Amino acid sequence: MFGYYLDLARRSLKRTPILTGLMVLAIGLGIGASMTMLTVLHVMTDDPMPGRSAQLYTPHLDPLPLDYKQRGDSPDPADNFTWPDAMALLKAHKATRQAAMAGGSLLVRPTRAGLRPFDVDGRYTTADFFAMFGVPFERGQGWSAADDEARTHVVVLSETLDRKLFGGANGIGQMVRLGDNDFRVIGVVDDWSPKPMFYADPGLQHYSGADQFFLPLSAAVDLKLPTNGNQSGWVKGEAGISLTGAEMTWLQFWVQLDTPAQVAAYRQYLVDYSAQQKSLGRFQRPPTNARLYSLMGWLAHENLVPNDVRLQLWLALGFLFVCLVNIVALLLAKFLRRSGEISVRRALGARRRDIFVQLGIESALIGVAGGALGLAIAQLGLWSIRQRPDDYAKLAQMDASMLLGTLAMAIVASVLAGLLPAWRACRVAPALQLKGV
Amino acid sequence: MQIRPILSTLGHHKLTVLLLTLQVAFTCAIVCNVVFMIANRVQRIGVPTGIAENELSVIHSKGIEKDANPLAQHAADLAALRGIRGVQSAVAVSYSLPLNQNESSRGICPSKQALDRAMQLNTIEGSGCMQPAEYDGTPGLIDTLGLHLVAGRDFLPDEYVSKGKPAVAIVTRALAQHLYPGKQALGQSMYDGDNYFRIVGVVDTLLRPDLSKPGVDGDSMIWPQLPDSAGVTYVLRSAPGDRQRVLQAAEAALFKVSPSRLIDTKQMQTYTEIRTAYFERDTTMIGLLIASALGLLFVTALGIAGLANFWVQQRTRSIGIRRAIGATRGDILHYFQTENFLIVTAGIVLGVLLAIALNLLLMTHYELPRLPLWYLPIGALVLWALGQLSVLSPALRAAQVPPVVATRSV
Repeated sequence: MFGYYLDLARRSLKRTPILTGLMVLAIGLGIGASMTMLTVLHVMTDDPMPGRSAQLYTPHLDPLPLDYKQRGDSPDPADNFTWPDAMALLKAHKATRQAAMAGGSLLVRPTRAGLRPFDVDGRYTTADFFAMFGVPFERGQGWSAADDEARTHVVVLSETLDRKLFGGANGIGQMVRLGDNDFRVIGVVDDWSPKPMFYADPGLQHYSGADQFFLPLSAAVDLKLPTNGNQSGWVKGEAGISLTGAEMTWLQFWVQLDTPAQVAAYRQYLVDYSAQQKSLGRFQRPPTNARLYSLMGWLAHENLVPNDVRLQLWLALGFLFVCLVNIVALLLAKFLRRSGEISVRRALGARRRDIFVQLGIESALIGVAGGALGLAIAQLGLWSIRQRPDDYAKLAQMDASMLLGTLAMAIVASVLAGLLPAWRACRVAPALQLKGV
Repeated sequence: MQIRPILSTLGHHKLTVLLLTLQVAFTCAIVCNVVFMIANRVQRIGVPTGIAENELSVIHSKGIEKDANPLAQHAADLAALRGIRGVQSAVAVSYSLPLNQNESSRGICPSKQALDRAMQLNTIEGSGCMQPAEYDGTPGLIDTLGLHLVAGRDFLPDEYVSKGKPAVAIVTRALAQHLYPGKQALGQSMYDGDNYFRIVGVVDTLLRPDLSKPGVDGDSMIWPQLPDSAGVTYVLRSAPGDRQRVLQAAEAALFKVSPSRLIDTKQMQTYTEIRTAYFERDTTMIGLLIASALGLLFVTALGIAGLANFWVQQRTRSIGIRRAIGATRGDILHYFQTENFLIVTAGIVLGVLLAIALNLLLMTHYELPRLPLWYLPIGALVLWALGQLSVLSPALRAAQVPPVVATRSV
């Protein structure tokens, strides 16, 4: 019967081309606009480390004084770690792996002829970073905990930077001048940039940045290299701006915890550590302020989706809603007009249910056509978003799941829109209609 | 024109009429708020900076030579820049300029008592102190930027310092009013906890580099402090059409003075580009809002037209009968127009309520101001007009139905 209904639907739609065109246009516009914004939302809230995100956590302590008032437009200092806290957590080794990190920008002076000096962004971090985040190495390897202790001047480059500095030659073992110091290249990683860059300082560009170098945090602090994140201090004078001071936060900290028992134990450890610091007089706030965020939980907390994007999404959904109300009205008109034909079918033995299914398939067919149009409009919309200079703009692309989602949404929407008209149409008493035919 | 027959006819199609009413209502609610948002954004992107934007271009340079003397470097650079044909004047600033998003701000108080109050409250709010954006620069900043002094004077050459803090400052009128409400700001001394700064001049308007907090967008102060770090931004004043050429010439001239520097081409911009870049998001949003408002009106118009068309076809026989018993073409036309008017009116009544509700929702979640009530009658008028226009074509077709249709039994 499906093929028969499909045939009936096709004929009926062809008989009223203008009305059909109107309905397809309405669904297409509504679905196109909605899917554009839903795709943007999807790529901005997607899991940056599929397969690993369940084991990655970021702890947060509250070292601020009791009377510290958070200003509306300032970053929250408690989002980052102080040096003593980060080192204490690192040395305690309570997680499977742990790493402290901060972002930095350094001037590279290439030795190759013809290259001018240029700035690069990278990360100062500790040995566990690469294994914990699964950073893929093309050549060489990272450094060890002993290198962290000894503050050796080593660096791991990204593939792009390695190629820029050394061409096709092997960069391992070569020296690179970053800022005013020389570093020995010990590894080259494939171009790796999880989107969003969840481990970066909150407040930086998360969707378009990529780290081009990695070097030991201890060496960076030793050489007083410039950082490019938030440094928030709460005391006046030198102590408030010292990298190793206890009154300035600037570091990010991530741990790998494999089992729920480990997660609970680590949470308890953070509370115990805060209580210990409070008894030592350093912390002033309750130890239970210490928190452990999972990776996705941290992204939700950071609220990376700008308000404008959310507003656009709701606008698109509102537009879709009005389009659907429009289609319900048009479908109602269309179906009720065919009361004569429906009555003939009923008289020949079709049950109410059959009419309902037939009209439902007709709505679905409109949904398929509207979905195709909506897909085209959504691609156009996403193209226009990619032209924007926003941080997330280049990510606005549809993957397979969103493509299928568009068609599915269009069909579901039009079937839903057609429910009321179909129900109304199949309730028409056949006898009355037949007399007038 | 009898309303009751129209109402009773509509009563036969309650569901369709309800749907159409809902559609008009939602369109009214959304379009009213969207137009309000557009008006807000347009106002936002039109905010004046106070500087001669169409004559200014900006180039940023970072010296990478070790042990270089930045002050001497800047002086040499400025001499070279002023020698370029077409450059009327040039100054150097550290990094802050209106709308370039690099803001440096500090807490400043009108008096020591205000500072004590702020320390006691542990916040600037409510103490009388403010946090203006601070602008530094080489001599000639006010003239180059085209700022308008309303009181006092520009800085004297010996008031400029390179290390330590200067003793004087120039503030904007907005900041003067915030710090010293109702009083003459000229000659007052501001206090930042360590030093006093005497106000020697007041400029009319100078916008902050970053407009993140409403109400204090115009709070800026200018210091006679010479930029003394390797990274510096040069502001060049020239004729509007010359600016691109001047920028290219500036880059070449700076490299000629000293090749050991970084000049990012993305940071060589005319002020028009800086302004466009700052408001890019708002401009895009305005475009989207306009498109969605037009789209909604379009869809609603199509819906009304489509439905009216369908009703005309369905009622061809009854139209014919009416014509046969004496109705004129005009009567039929007015009948359909009145019917449409009633439906749209019902939709507007509901739509006005929805518009206010939607505005309250947007006020809480998206910091939109309250919708001024005069938007609602205008929205109503637009929708009435839209409805009448959409129904015109089907109604005219209905008026063409000949009376003879009544006699046919098909």
